This record gives sequence, C-alpha cells and structure tokens, in this order.
Amino acid sequence: MATIVTDARFADSTLGHAVQQSSAFARWVLVLVAVAFLGVMLILPLVIVFVSAFDKGWQTAVAALEHPDARAAIRLTALVTVIAVPSNVVFGIAAAWAITKYRFSGKSVLVTLIDLPFSVSPVIAGMIFVLLFGARGLLGPWLSGHDIQIVFAWPGIVVATMFVTLPFVARELVPLMQAQGHDDEEAAISLGAGGWQTFFRVTLPNIKWGLAYGTILCTARALGEFGAVSVVSGHIRGETNTLPLHVEILYNEYQFAAAFSVAGLLVGIALLTIAAKSVIQWGLRKSVRDDAETSSAAPGVSGQPWGEQWVSK
Amino acid sequence: MGIEVANVTKRFGGFVALNDVNLHVDPGALVALLGPSGSGKTTLLRVIAGLERPDVGSVKFEGEDATTRDVRERRVGFVFQHYALFRHMTVFENVAFGLRVRPRRVRPSRAEIQARVTELLQLVQLDGFARRYPPQMSGGQRQRVALARALAVEPKVLLLDEPFGALDAKVRQELRRWLRRLHEEIHVTTVFVTHDQDEALELADRVVVMNAGCIEQIGTPDKVFRDPASAFVMNFLGTVNVFHRRVSGLTPGMDAIEIQCPDELPAGSRPARIFVRPHNLEIDTRASGRPRLRGRVQFINAAGPQVKIEVLTEFGEILQVETSQKRYRALGMVKGGEVYVTPKEMRVFFDDSRPDQADSLESGSDVDTTLGRIGRPCASKKSP
Repeated sequence: MATIVTDARFADSTLGHAVQQSSAFARWVLVLVAVAFLGVMLILPLVIVFVSAFDKGWQTAVAALEHPDARAAIRLTALVTVIAVPSNVVFGIAAAWAITKYRFSGKSVLVTLIDLPFSVSPVIAGMIFVLLFGARGLLGPWLSGHDIQIVFAWPGIVVATMFVTLPFVARELVPLMQAQGHDDEEAAISLGAGGWQTFFRVTLPNIKWGLAYGTILCTARALGEFGAVSVVSGHIRGETNTLPLHVEILYNEYQFAAAFSVAGLLVGIALLTIAAKSVIQWGLRKSVRDDAETSSAAPGVSGQPWGEQWVSK
Repeated sequence: MGIEVANVTKRFGGFVALNDVNLHVDPGALVALLGPSGSGKTTLLRVIAGLERPDVGSVKFEGEDATTRDVRERRVGFVFQHYALFRHMTVFENVAFGLRVRPRRVRPSRAEIQARVTELLQLVQLDGFARRYPPQMSGGQRQRVALARALAVEPKVLLLDEPFGALDAKVRQELRRWLRRLHEEIHVTTVFVTHDQDEALELADRVVVMNAGCIEQIGTPDKVFRDPASAFVMNFLGTVNVFHRRVSGLTPGMDAIEIQCPDELPAGSRPARIFVRPHNLEIDTRASGRPRLRGRVQFINAAGPQVKIEVLTEFGEILQVETSQKRYRALGMVKGGEVYVTPKEMRVFFDDSRPDQADSLESGSDVDTTLGRIGRPCASKKSP
C-alpha cells in the first residue's frame, strides 16, 4: 500500500516537472517565434523606411519633403483628415446614440451597414464614387451642369476617405454606450437638463475615452488611405495627390530616397498615433474599471454586437 | 401632490406591460408598487415620471393633466435602482446638477447652491463626503447621494425604482427605516417599486400589488396581508400553503369546508385553492378528536423566534408549519415523527369562479365566510 502511494507521488511529481519543463520550452519557442515574426514583418521594414530615407543624407530627405508637390500632398492630406474625421465623429456619435438609446425598426440593418466599409475593398469604394459622381456617373450630368467637380478633385478624396473611415467611431461607441445604458441620461433629464446639457455634461464625459480611441483610429486610417483615394484622385500632381499617393509616384519614378522620406513622415505620424492610442487605452481601461465598480451589481450587459477585446486585457 | 393614473395601457411590441391601470395616490402618501418582475410596476413608475408615454390613458398631477408633459417639466425626483450617479462628478456636483442646469434666470446663485447641497448632504447623513467620487463610496452611500440629488430640485413627487434592490440585507434594513423617517420629515408624495414584500409592508402606507400588467389590490399593508383580494396576492405576500381541493357547500353564510382527499370528488363540489399561512396551521404529535391531516416531519428549523417545520402529508403535499419555541419543546417533535396538522384559519379561492362571483366571496364584507372550519378529516385510503 505504502509503495503504491509513494509511486503515485513519484509519478505525480515527475509529471508536474515534465509539464513545467515542457511549458518552459514551449514558452521559449513561442516567444522566439513571435519576436522573430514581429522582427521580420514589422520592425525590419520600419527600420528600412528610415534607413532608406536618410540613405542620401538628411538634406535629401528634407528636400523631398520641401518639394512643392510634397507640400501640396501634405496640405491635401491634412485637409482631407480635418474634414473627414470630424464628420465621422459626428456621424459615429449620432449613430451610436440612435442605436443604443432608441428603439426603432431596422436597427440591426443599420448596425450591419455601419460595418460595410470594412468588408468592401477600398478600390470598390473608390469606384462606387466614380460611378456616382463621375462625368458619366449617375449624378455626373447634374453636377457638371452646376459646375461642381467631385471626382478627380479634393471633394472626391474627402468623400472616399469618409466612406472608408466611417465605421471607426461608431464601432467603438456602440458597445460602450450599450454597456452604460441610459440611466444616466434619464437621471439628467429628470433633473431638468436639456438635450445638449445632457449630452455635454453627462454622455460625453462617459464616452470620452472610447470616443478618443475611435477618433485616433479614424485619423490614422484617414491619413493613410490609399486604395479608394487612388481611384477617385486622378493623380494630378500638386492638386489631387495625397501623401500615400505621392509616395507611390516617387517610388514609381525611382526616387527611392524621396519616396522613403515622405513614407517616413507617414510612419512617424502612425507611430505617434499608436502612442496616443496606448495612452487612451489606459484611460479607457481605467474608466471601464470605474464603471464596473460603480455598477458592480448591475444586470448583465445586453447583447453587444462587437467584441471588446481591448477592455478585457 | 396627488397623482391620478387613469386607464393607462402601455405595450412594448407584443408585450402588454400595463393593461388599463387606474391608480390614485394621495398627497404626501408613501406608496409601494409591489409585484414580481414583469408585472409592470417599473413601467407604471416610469409612466408616472414621464420617462415612458402611455399608449392609452392619462396621468394627472394635482388634477392637472401631465400626460403630454415632458419629464423635465413634471418636477419629479427619480431614483434609479443602480443609482445612475454621474461618476465623473463629485458628490457635491452630482447633488448640485439639477440646480446648475437650470436656465440662468431661475438658477440659484453659487452661494445658494452651496447652501442647498450642504443642507441636503446633511439630510442624507453624508456631510463630509462632498468631494468624494461615486466609485469611492459604498452602495448605501451612493443610493443616498442619488436621493439627495433627486431632492435638490424640490420635486413634487419622489419616485424610486427598486431603491434598495442592489444592496445587501443589512444595509437595506437600515435604509428602509431611514427612508421612512425621511418621508415623515419632508412629507413629499413618494412612490417606490419593489419586489420585496417585507419592504413594501414595512415601509408603505399603501401597497399596490401588481401582476401581469394589472393591479390586483390596493390597500394598507395590514389589509393586503390579512385580507388578500385574490389568490395571487395571497400567494405573493408571505409564505403560504396551498391545497388544491374540491370544495363543496361553501356559500356566503356557511362556514363548513371539507379538505377532501385528491381522489374523492363529491358531486356538486368545485375545484378550489385553499390557502393557509404557516402560523395558521396547528401542529400536534397526537391525534385529537378534531379534524386533521396526518403527516411526517421532514425538516425542522428551530433557529429564530418561530420554529419552522416541514411536514409531508399523507397525500404527498409538503406543508410549511410555524409554531412557537415553547410548543415545539413541549411536543418533543423529532424528524421523521408522525404529526397531525389542523388549519385554524384559511382562505378559499375557487378556480372556476367568474369575476362577479369572486367579488362576492372575496370582497371585504364577506371575509368571515372564507375563514372556515374543517368539516371532517380526509378519509385516508392508504391506511398503513
């Protein structure tokens, strides 16, 4: 009897040891694979961007950015972002508000439609607008009759960018606002607050981190969008070239150093965006934690169409 | 301020949340809306508040029609089950919110707001908490902040939706007593929703029992407990034993009821439910000459002022019996022992009765007819 017990213990401990050993091994392998993959796929290309940019000295890099075409591209990209992001923020808040605070028919259709720009290829998105606003498009004759040009001009680029970046804000806000319910708003209204007062004093503070996160993602995409913009832009130098399109042109003309200098600018902005995103995620986690504390006994959150992986981490 | 709810119906899709509800609340009253979940009590409260608009019917405040009036203009204080405190604001800012959002010409000065909030925080015993944020406070404290916030706008009506639902039992008891005292102090018309019968009976002057979108009974706590208007109310308020039996010979004026065995169906009898409260079941270890049900003790819980005994009757029904500690010791009952149970007081609701018949039987004046004696004991066919 005693032997059996000893044996069992022995077996147990070796098993435990083996599991530990193999888990340590697995850990190293997995970490190595992940690091190697990230190194080859992400870090190496990033380094190459900057190395190539300064390949012919920093003067060349600066000159590439100071070229009139590059400056025009920077201005256009900034213009597009400044128009597209705020309008998508307004749309995102309005859509999330409608979806989470009201009952209406066709709500699930709206939720699905908001996701559409994510599932449609950007090239197709661009073509939709050419077919709609182009000279031979549906609204083309009317537009040219009124001397309005959308396609192959900056308004087309703005519209295409808005289409592509449309889901970002709403997607962040809908799950957040669903989790929060409308008790706070109802409380504010019952205390005599008006619609705008309720929004600015109660709703906006409650959603500010989610809103900031969605806005950052939206901005990053607006700055970097290539496919849809490429179709509607017409590639007129100094007029309808955004930064990503300018990079492509330079690259196709074998001006590698210049191409990578402009690319380096975009990458730099992207890195800043990621840093901002990390700060915001930290704030978001904190506010979600506060929420959980405030309403620890709250009933289960009603169905969330979109997962919130970023809050569970 | 008095509230008059007239013929209110509210549907959510195919679900009828309120079905032609009428309710009158006296000025200064403390009224409980009591019912199981889905009974429509919260919807009724939200209709009174103006947070829901009824499909049919009207709500009057002090005789004035408020049905189309916005929640903002109704001057109601609404307290939510999960407090709905603004978590990015301090306690002070939360309480001051209702005053600060007023249009400039009717907004109190800073000093006035300061004074009012301080006074309210004293009223809810939270002076010294003004600078705290809601997440730093306990559930009971948060609920008191919510109450102070609702009172800040000097509401004519205070509406509370399951105010103590999210709190633990001990805090709930304390807050209940405290709310009662507060109501005596400020005397604002108060309606609260609860599914906890103890809360309703202990706190309210009038209890409105709701079921499936309808009001089953309105009355004082004593009245609804002692004289329930329907089988539902009887069942919902407190523990009760139900006998599904056929009853014969019960008409107003006659007081004999037989508790028949399930398989003995005399002609002319009607299916009915006989309700007996645990403390109205007399228990004995010996068969006296009186009619009784025989059974075995299944479980004894002697912790508490009353001894709770679970009895399995000869017909396979489980009865909850309550008796005093003194009698329990005198009888020397043991688990598994044979006992005899006699109902002292019962209420009968016929399953097949039409509403008009039910009225004649169940309305207040005829109460005594349903408090019957047992005519004769059930004849057991499974004698050992």
